[in-house]
Amino acid sequence: MPFKLRWFGLLALSLALMGCKSEVLDPAGPIATEQRDLLISSTLLMLVIILPVMVLIGWFGWQFRAGNKGAVYRPNWDHSTKLELVIWAAPLFIIISLGALTWVGTHLTDPYRPLAQDGRGQSLEGVEPLTVQVVALDWKWLFILPEEGVASVNELSVPVGRPVRFELTSDSVMNAFYIPAMAGMIYAMPGMQTELNGLFDHEGTFQGLASHYSGAGFSKMRFKVHAVDDAGFDAWVNAARDDETLDRAAYLQLAQKSEGDAPRQFGAVEQGLFARAVNLCVEEGKMCQAEMMALDMKGGTGVATPLALLDDRPFVTGACSIDELTAATLPRLTALPVMTPLRGHGLTAPGTPRDVAGLPLPPSDL
Amino acid sequence: MAVTGPIETSLLFGRLTWAAIPTDPIILATFAVVALGGGALFALLTYYRLWGYLWTEWFTSVDHKKIGIMYMILGLVMFVRGFADAIMMRLQQVLAFGGSEGYLNSHHYDQVFTAHGVIMIFFVAMPFVTGLMNYIVPLQIGARDVSFPFLNNFSFWMTVGGAVIIMASLFLGEFAQTGWLAFPPLSGIGESPYVGVDYYIWGLQVAGVGTTLSGINLLVTIIKMRAPGMTMMRMPVFTWTALCTNVLIVASFPVLTVTLALLTLDRYVGTNFFTADLGGNAMMYVNLIWIWGHPEVYILILPIFGVFSEIAATFSGKRLFGYTSMVYATVCITILSYVVWLHHFFTMGSGASVNSFFGITTMVISIPTGAKLFNWIFTIYQGRVRYDLPMMWLMAFMLTFVVGGMTGVLLAVPPADFVLHNSLFLIAHFHNVIIGGVVFGTFAAINFWWPKAFGYRLDVFWGKVSFWFWVVGFWFAFMPLYVLGLMGVTRRVRVFDDPDLQIWFAIAALGAVMIAVGIAAMFVQFGVSIWRRKALADVTGDPWDGRTLEWATSSPPPAYNFAFTPVVHGIDAFAEMKEAGVPRPTSGFLPIHMPRNTGAGVVIAGLATICGMALVWYVWWLAAASFLALIGAAIAHTFNYNRDYHIPADQVAAVEDARTRRLEA
Repeated sequence: MPFKLRWFGLLALSLALMGCKSEVLDPAGPIATEQRDLLISSTLLMLVIILPVMVLIGWFGWQFRAGNKGAVYRPNWDHSTKLELVIWAAPLFIIISLGALTWVGTHLTDPYRPLAQDGRGQSLEGVEPLTVQVVALDWKWLFILPEEGVASVNELSVPVGRPVRFELTSDSVMNAFYIPAMAGMIYAMPGMQTELNGLFDHEGTFQGLASHYSGAGFSKMRFKVHAVDDAGFDAWVNAARDDETLDRAAYLQLAQKSEGDAPRQFGAVEQGLFARAVNLCVEEGKMCQAEMMALDMKGGTGVATPLALLDDRPFVTGACSIDELTAATLPRLTALPVMTPLRGHGLTAPGTPRDVAGLPLPPSDL
Repeated sequence: MAVTGPIETSLLFGRLTWAAIPTDPIILATFAVVALGGGALFALLTYYRLWGYLWTEWFTSVDHKKIGIMYMILGLVMFVRGFADAIMMRLQQVLAFGGSEGYLNSHHYDQVFTAHGVIMIFFVAMPFVTGLMNYIVPLQIGARDVSFPFLNNFSFWMTVGGAVIIMASLFLGEFAQTGWLAFPPLSGIGESPYVGVDYYIWGLQVAGVGTTLSGINLLVTIIKMRAPGMTMMRMPVFTWTALCTNVLIVASFPVLTVTLALLTLDRYVGTNFFTADLGGNAMMYVNLIWIWGHPEVYILILPIFGVFSEIAATFSGKRLFGYTSMVYATVCITILSYVVWLHHFFTMGSGASVNSFFGITTMVISIPTGAKLFNWIFTIYQGRVRYDLPMMWLMAFMLTFVVGGMTGVLLAVPPADFVLHNSLFLIAHFHNVIIGGVVFGTFAAINFWWPKAFGYRLDVFWGKVSFWFWVVGFWFAFMPLYVLGLMGVTRRVRVFDDPDLQIWFAIAALGAVMIAVGIAAMFVQFGVSIWRRKALADVTGDPWDGRTLEWATSSPPPAYNFAFTPVVHGIDAFAEMKEAGVPRPTSGFLPIHMPRNTGAGVVIAGLATICGMALVWYVWWLAAASFLALIGAAIAHTFNYNRDYHIPADQVAAVEDARTRRLEA
């Protein structure tokens, strides 16, 4: 971005002198930096018009007070085409500029967009991003590192300088995942998968939090992110090796409502657990969302009627209860066809290898 | 405590058991205060035998002026409740540091912030703007009442019914712990099994009927009942903004009604519109609620823009600058308000092109809004500005609102929103525009039109005390929130770890206390003014050298508003009449056709409220019975043919002659 406004470090500094750590104004990654820069340049752009307006309000308000009998008084003056042009054009020009900034900035910092370069302008081509699968549980954060095969709760370490791709979902209600110093926030929603790409430029411990109210324990749904060097990251991963395995039973246990959980780690993660979390089918015997949608696409599980003959596509004419569905002999999860996955904008294109739930397979599964 | 387990229901009382009565000492103390205050009020009204007077002159009144005043009273009462919630939040957030849990548990705190939002928007801001429109619009267009006077009374009582349901949740059961828009799946039956969300739903549905009907009523009034000569482009700007507001109400409140109805089906019947599982899609709810929610913002602010336009022209002693561009700006905002809703959830992950589109449409709204601001500034330019209280509020509004507008545009830039969404920066922004706009505007309007409504001015000293505490208190209360937002602090948080934040919350709490003094001073202002009403009296009906028709009649206006329907020749109808020296008619009065008061509105809205309460508590027999009774009462009302009467000509003459003598004295 051409909007590197160094002296805004000054603003951050002055805030810091006042005793506050503004992670929004003093970011630690290229995305958050770009977001900060855009915040600052938009503010400046608007001040171009806001400040004169405030001065005008004060000046006219004082100059034309009733007590000032020397001031011009024109009670019937109510129109000036030239002024009207300025009045409409000035904000218009500001908005055109700001709109251009917005369009470019929004695409550059799109959370789905893989990072092209780091904060120092070094190309990241060929650098494999670290995948972190995030599940918002009531009320703690679960992080699964599929390539490393470990998981953690309410604590995360990532290597400095390596891009991180978060894949997010939620177990119960809507939430939002937010590391202010890294790359802004993104919603984590049940039955949905979102994505956030970010990177830390320098080492440090940063705050992470839930930024979308999610119920009673929401306030304590915080965690620390440690941006560490590669050795530090390996040490953190290896420290987890001896811990217990996060299988479906352990996940369901973990998903029980609890507040202010201490950080903990898991030494291994059951295959496809995140895909099941996205598809809301971690529980044994529960149909996955992707399966349900596939069935619906084929006309559902209802009773076919003669009407179905009028159309080559059958459709649902009756509803089944969950019990009936379970009792019926339906194809189970073992060998589902590849189907349209739940996807947000910008996810991998169709045709990439997918797991049983239709989601792109992490490299470790290939 | 929060009810989480399975809930017993009985045939007779539904879910209502003794467990529904809260044991929290804060709530019990509140209940004691409310019970004592309410009891004292009841006793006084009974002692002075005022119930009959209130019933015949106010509760059953179809007079738009009385209904307007009742809306304002409802808004003020609910404002006290909403502000009490705000103070509780400020206190909790300043205390809950360093391992302290503060004094509110999450069950209580989460209800408080939900109630604060719901009450301030639906039962404070909405009654304020509806009340203002109700009182002013018919007078400004030279009409005798609104198009459907009974419907107006009914709409008001439905709004009261909604408020009663919301208030009942304080002492019976619980309120929602979901945030003011009750996003599912959190507001679904699985996560919120008890009565809180049901109170929310039925409170808003009952009040929503009132709002929608009142929107239709005022829309028709403005279209059909303008005085002869008042073409659309001669309407006062306040009436124009009221017109656009009511278009927005009529076109957006049905969306809210349907969205809540779908949520109701999810909760009551087990459908899956917004559940996470079984094909439901919670993102749909978020979209739908904001398709209502964003126009709602403009429903609140547009009439206030109108108020300030009237005040700017009147107190500058000058015609409003750029009337035509003001009107087009209002219409632009009305239309644009429908294409910006997604800016409330850029962070849901719609993708860069969608986010940019909605970001830019949002910024575009600032163009007509900016034009309005410039028009006020150039109205002041080369005027003779009298700094009475309404004008002081206008200056405070302009200086405050530009900052709120700027931070609003900032939040419309998606990359900035990705770090500021749901943060206290956002909270500071919308309080900056809602307090700086709607609340300041309402106080300006109260100070401006009070002499019209009651025939005497408001006390200036206490008005200034209130003004300064409000304005300074506002900056103290909300500027720290901007800072906290930039520090990455998000909304609805109950306890904090970082001790560095505490000082900012302390400053914000100080600001809230100053606002509390401002509110108290305002009530003192009302009390002192009522006490000194003889000294503050205005017999002219035109204390500010007004420009629009409402100042042409007496203060307070007679029931029929105008003895003769005025004929309009220009935009500033009354100012032009004064300039041309048009004499006040003093003879040739005719009988005036008027609508008759009816208690049907109170009865039907009362039944709707009972039905809502029964549905909240699963008392199915009562819900069915009250709903049938409601339908029955509505049908019965259609057989009431005794709906109108004529004020005899000699009575009109007597009223007008009395005013003539007062004017000559």
